[in-house]
Amino acid sequence: MDPIAKKSVIGGRVPKPDAPDKAVGRTRYINDMVLPQMLYGRILHADRPHARIVAIDTAEAAKLPGVHVVLTGKDMPRMLFGVNRDNRPLKGDKVRCIRDEIAAVAAESEEICDAALALIKVTYEDLPAVFDPAEAMRPGAPAVHDEKPDNLSLAYRFDHGDVAAAEAESDVVLDDVFDVHYVTHCCMGTSCAIADFDTDGKLTIYSQTQYPYNFKMDLAPALGMHPGDIRVIQPPVGGAFGSKLDVYPYEPVCVLLARAARRPVKLTFSREEEFINAPTRQPARIHLRTGAKADGTLTFRDVDCLLNNGAYTSWGPTTPYVMMRTFSSHYRVPVVRFHSQAVYTNNPYAGSFRGYGNVQATYATASHMDMLAERLGMDLLTLSLKNAQESGEVSPQGSVLADCAFAECLTVAAEKSGFLEKQARYAAARNTPGRIKRGIGLASSIHNAGGAKIHKSDGCGTIVKLDDYARCTVITGASEIGQGIDAVLCQVMAEELGIPMSDVTIVNNDSAIGPWDVGVHASRTTFIAGNGARRAAQKARAQILKAASHQANMPPEGLDLREGWVVLDHSGEPVVKLDRLLRQMHFQKDSELVMVTDYYEPPSEEERPGHVGDMSAAYSHAVHVAEVEVDTETGEVRVLKVTSAQDVGRIINEMGLEAQVEGGIVMGLGYALSEHLLIQDGRVRNPNFRDYKVFTAPEVPEMDLHFIESHSQTGPMGAKGIAELPTIVIAPAVANAVYNAIGIRFKAPPLTPEKVARAIWDRDHGAVAAE
Amino acid sequence: MTAKVEIEFTLNGRPRRVTVPADMSTLTLLREELGLTGSKLACGEGECGACTILVDGVSQNACLMFAVDCAGRDLLTIEGLRTEDALHPMQRAFVDHGAIQCGFCMPGMIMQAKYLADTTPGLTREGMRRGLEGNVCRCTGYKKVFDAVADAAGIDG
Repeated sequence: MDPIAKKSVIGGRVPKPDAPDKAVGRTRYINDMVLPQMLYGRILHADRPHARIVAIDTAEAAKLPGVHVVLTGKDMPRMLFGVNRDNRPLKGDKVRCIRDEIAAVAAESEEICDAALALIKVTYEDLPAVFDPAEAMRPGAPAVHDEKPDNLSLAYRFDHGDVAAAEAESDVVLDDVFDVHYVTHCCMGTSCAIADFDTDGKLTIYSQTQYPYNFKMDLAPALGMHPGDIRVIQPPVGGAFGSKLDVYPYEPVCVLLARAARRPVKLTFSREEEFINAPTRQPARIHLRTGAKADGTLTFRDVDCLLNNGAYTSWGPTTPYVMMRTFSSHYRVPVVRFHSQAVYTNNPYAGSFRGYGNVQATYATASHMDMLAERLGMDLLTLSLKNAQESGEVSPQGSVLADCAFAECLTVAAEKSGFLEKQARYAAARNTPGRIKRGIGLASSIHNAGGAKIHKSDGCGTIVKLDDYARCTVITGASEIGQGIDAVLCQVMAEELGIPMSDVTIVNNDSAIGPWDVGVHASRTTFIAGNGARRAAQKARAQILKAASHQANMPPEGLDLREGWVVLDHSGEPVVKLDRLLRQMHFQKDSELVMVTDYYEPPSEEERPGHVGDMSAAYSHAVHVAEVEVDTETGEVRVLKVTSAQDVGRIINEMGLEAQVEGGIVMGLGYALSEHLLIQDGRVRNPNFRDYKVFTAPEVPEMDLHFIESHSQTGPMGAKGIAELPTIVIAPAVANAVYNAIGIRFKAPPLTPEKVARAIWDRDHGAVAAE
Repeated sequence: MTAKVEIEFTLNGRPRRVTVPADMSTLTLLREELGLTGSKLACGEGECGACTILVDGVSQNACLMFAVDCAGRDLLTIEGLRTEDALHPMQRAFVDHGAIQCGFCMPGMIMQAKYLADTTPGLTREGMRRGLEGNVCRCTGYKKVFDAVADAAGIDG
């Protein structure tokens, strides 16, 4: 046999292994599933923002043929769940927002459920409601939760250095309020759960969750169950983007219906319910003061942040935990003061959403950098490079910026887009005649790229098994929600074990099989699960090479695995076929099976009191340059081109990487320009795709992507996490571009045509300020 | 009770005869009566395109079409697009270009792309973008979809 040369699959363009089934319509998503004997569940939501529930009459509904169970909050003990333990599956005493779950029905069909819901009579006693967090803080404001009369939910503080002293040394202080809005995930597969009990009272829940292991812990208190009695099955999902990182009431409601019916129950949201009843991104009112010296050196950031908590507490009000990292580490800032408060109102409530607070914070910091450059008469690139950290620097919160490529990202994005030359040219043309104005804007940010140690462990378990045909099974705690970890893990196995990627099967959809993992969040999965899978593969490799070394009569270090063979490392000469060796190992006298485990814990630390700690095992930067056209008559902003430079550590799957960055940019463009969940007096006014405008094909700009490889010393093969930064950075790049085009600063996205046209009209007709 | 109607039509090349309630949608017929769950219910009001199928060669939102209106028509769904031994070139292109992430919108997106490619002589990139406007995707940013469709439809540049 000919020698086999060493080949690498890292950095290749690898289609997702689940793509063919998805392309032919064969994939059975949770929304497609039907179990034998399955009933359907539906929820009656409150139609008012704040009220006492006086009485619920379900007699007529229960009599309807086909109805099996009708439940209300009056029927069950007060089981609290959620981040603040302030939520219940069904509300028995009080309505706190329009999405509140009042009653639920399980029946033979969804149509019968709806007919039954229409027969439920609820007597309410309306209460004065409060929707604005500043108003909710005032003495005498209606209390959303009777036991919390001040409406305060969560507060965060970070204080580093003396702001007054830093301000005294500053030549310039910018002082602005940024108001960032409600948006929602719009997962194409609407929220869905299927609950099924066995005869011993143990629960199997088919779930869209993106954190199956802690999901059990969070779901259990809403049911009065032990988390150990819950098994989570994760069928393929139609998107998540952070929306499935918590337990929401429809999930325990589905379970309670199944328990009462002694039948499996499936509960699915309609699209309208999805808009009204799924979590949003956290809105925020950010009062940011930024100080600098005349030479551009940043002196301090002083931030007061007010969050509309809504009626209950999911992850949204915890996003200041990440916002403060942005304010303290997006550029070198020696002095930082960050105070935030989340205040209960009678609005719907926010969860986590791709970027987790950093989308909101970066809109403020990156807008301020652009404003500062103009105020100081410096160009933005020079100002940015002056304040960009270098490898080895430590942020005020203790983020250690190893393998930092911030300056390179700035330079590459600016050069490839022609930023400086165009910015000057477009600014000069701003006041010349012509309806269409062009602009270019640059923005950057930093994000955790090696997980985030928000729990005691940020780990991920992996089991790697090779069978007697040299087929590899990877059982990992890491979930696949469409982002592409399946392809990455196949590459890692192929690289370490010298087998084709098509011989790798990923098993990650059953909490009874998979080992523990924190979940898909914080751009962590490729970094954490990739590292874990690599370590497991290396253990399997070592076991295989040791067995082969006995046969080949040479030390394992002289052997390698290539294309399904054990070969001599120096020459590539084949020694034994891998499947044959595995069978020999299996069936020999002292038999052994190649099945190894690994629990990977990243080298990061939990925050100490005061919010200091190196909470991620890697950090990364991205820089976007957006070029836009503004129609000064209609206010329409068209994005022509986005140039992106992102530190990705090292490319593992180039095609998957591009897809995540492109998808993240376009999602962020919706945030910047068109998406706004309008909540007025606590009601969602645009719960459909007609009036809530996500980006579609014609609006997508040219995207010029540049990947900077900083080779993280902690990442798998040098890779860093990548998936949130594209969504974080793009909105302020667009806003800065619009400023360049028309000279108007928008401190409250989205920059809709109405808003832009109004601002231009106000300016031209002498009204005061745009925002 | 809703009146029931017996209809005959062609589904993915095979003749079918079914009895359906007069108010049932074609999407419900496909998904719940015939077990073809490839076409997705994502909005149910014709706004997202996830249920796109071809009816007599023309793309339709199956959620907006009554099942009784299938009578005498020729329906093609995502399940009928591939041949016995190979993916349809449009399906292949979506896989190879990395255009599929969560994939929930993709059956509708692929059917709409096939419709555009089949019915638009000299399809341009701009025409393709306009033609895909009714298909919402939340994962990909559409760029890889464009690459896939351009490849399968033979669009230059």
